[in-house]
Amino acid sequence: MAIRTTLDKDLERLKELLIEMVNLSKTAVEKSVQSLAHQNIMMAQEIIEEDQKINELEEKINNLIIQLIAQQQPVASDLRAIIAGLKISNDVERIGDLAVNIAKSVLHIGESPLIKPIVDLPKMADMSIDMLTKVIQAYIDSDIDLAIQTAKYDDNVDELYGKIINELFELMPTKPESLNQITQLAFICRNLERVADHTTNMSEHIIYMVKGKNVDLNA
Amino acid sequence: MSLQIIQDNIDIEPTNQKIVYDTKDLNLWYGEEQALKNINFPIYENEVTAIIGPSGCGKSTYIKTLNRMVELVPIVRISGEILYRGKNIFDKAYKEEELRTKVGMVFQKPNPFPKSIYDNIAYGPRIHGIRNKKILDEIVEKSLRGAAIWDEVKDRLHENAYGLSGGQQQRICIARCLAIEPDVILMDEPTSALDPISTLKIEELVQELKQNFSIIIVTHNMQQAARISDRTAFFLSGEIIEYAKTDKMFSNPSDKRTEDYITGRFG
Repeated sequence: MAIRTTLDKDLERLKELLIEMVNLSKTAVEKSVQSLAHQNIMMAQEIIEEDQKINELEEKINNLIIQLIAQQQPVASDLRAIIAGLKISNDVERIGDLAVNIAKSVLHIGESPLIKPIVDLPKMADMSIDMLTKVIQAYIDSDIDLAIQTAKYDDNVDELYGKIINELFELMPTKPESLNQITQLAFICRNLERVADHTTNMSEHIIYMVKGKNVDLNA
Repeated sequence: MSLQIIQDNIDIEPTNQKIVYDTKDLNLWYGEEQALKNINFPIYENEVTAIIGPSGCGKSTYIKTLNRMVELVPIVRISGEILYRGKNIFDKAYKEEELRTKVGMVFQKPNPFPKSIYDNIAYGPRIHGIRNKKILDEIVEKSLRGAAIWDEVKDRLHENAYGLSGGQQQRICIARCLAIEPDVILMDEPTSALDPISTLKIEELVQELKQNFSIIIVTHNMQQAARISDRTAFFLSGEIIEYAKTDKMFSNPSDKRTEDYITGRFG
């Protein structure tokens, strides 16, 4: 049986780079919410600087994919794995950017006393990070069932997002002096909700990779 | 037209396109050895249909049944039908010469006659009784233009075709086909002996020709099949494993054997 050693090695390399990228973005999201909870300005600045590593990985992945397509002429499942990899790397890069947005909001809040204990936002972050962990496992194992199951958790994230936003809106008239902080907390909430959305996109790409069919798991 | 599934992995979508060839329960033996097994699939008008598969899978045997060239092999035995525009080409009443007027063929090795370029093209029409020089001139020019080689040879029509490059000779062979106004053009690995530039020129020509002809091409070059064909049939050990639109075949084949072949996991 003829084996395409070079192609298989490069596909394995693509997987490794994506896993590395996801791990960096997970750390970025975790740290961004920790920096909020502890109002750790230095940590927030680190997140912004370290985003460069995620961007560099995306560029590495893009270059690898272009080389694979040009030199290996992949078709069928190989081609779908490569296209899915390209799309996933784009979603993961966006997740890195969302962590940077959260960090910037933390800088805007600065050292002003927090108007309420930060309890639900870390819960939202944990849920989104858990989704990321599961979806990358689904990608490694080409596990459609896990991909679909993971996408369903997005509803839980959306529910929590709605709850937090309502609470923040209720605070606005009672704490007009804290409007800046309330706005930044709302932005942070929105960014975490978008992390979950991007993870759902990744589930869709995994289904395309395995089945060759485009599905909309947001519907 | 309703969806008709003849067998698994033979993908026949509803279409208004006419069928040029309809192969039904075709089996072929060379002596005791069965080379084609229960082949069933339609080939559509004004499309490029590629036939791919590993060496010895039966693809060249199949294409040579379409113009009955395979019957030149003394030990060959055939069962089943091939309907060309609704008529079974194996019927005793069906004349091979009539079929081969309508179904031209281009081979792997360019094989122009040892004659002038002009006489290569005019040969077929002359055999069919055309003697008028003006008409022959028109046919020669039209055929050479149709094969995208007129500009390269118009000033040396009376030079020997052997003086041309391989790629030019192959286009002369295509022009020779066109001169008798076929309906179908069979191509058995038409570019495997050519350089990359000549190959691309032939591929471009195939895309133009399909507007007026139906083209069936056997190729070892899967990238070529992916580039130029509308539908692809994958043959393996004398059987047709999968037949689908080329974009589907190369992005999401239904059969694992097709997947393994086109991804190079076996060959």
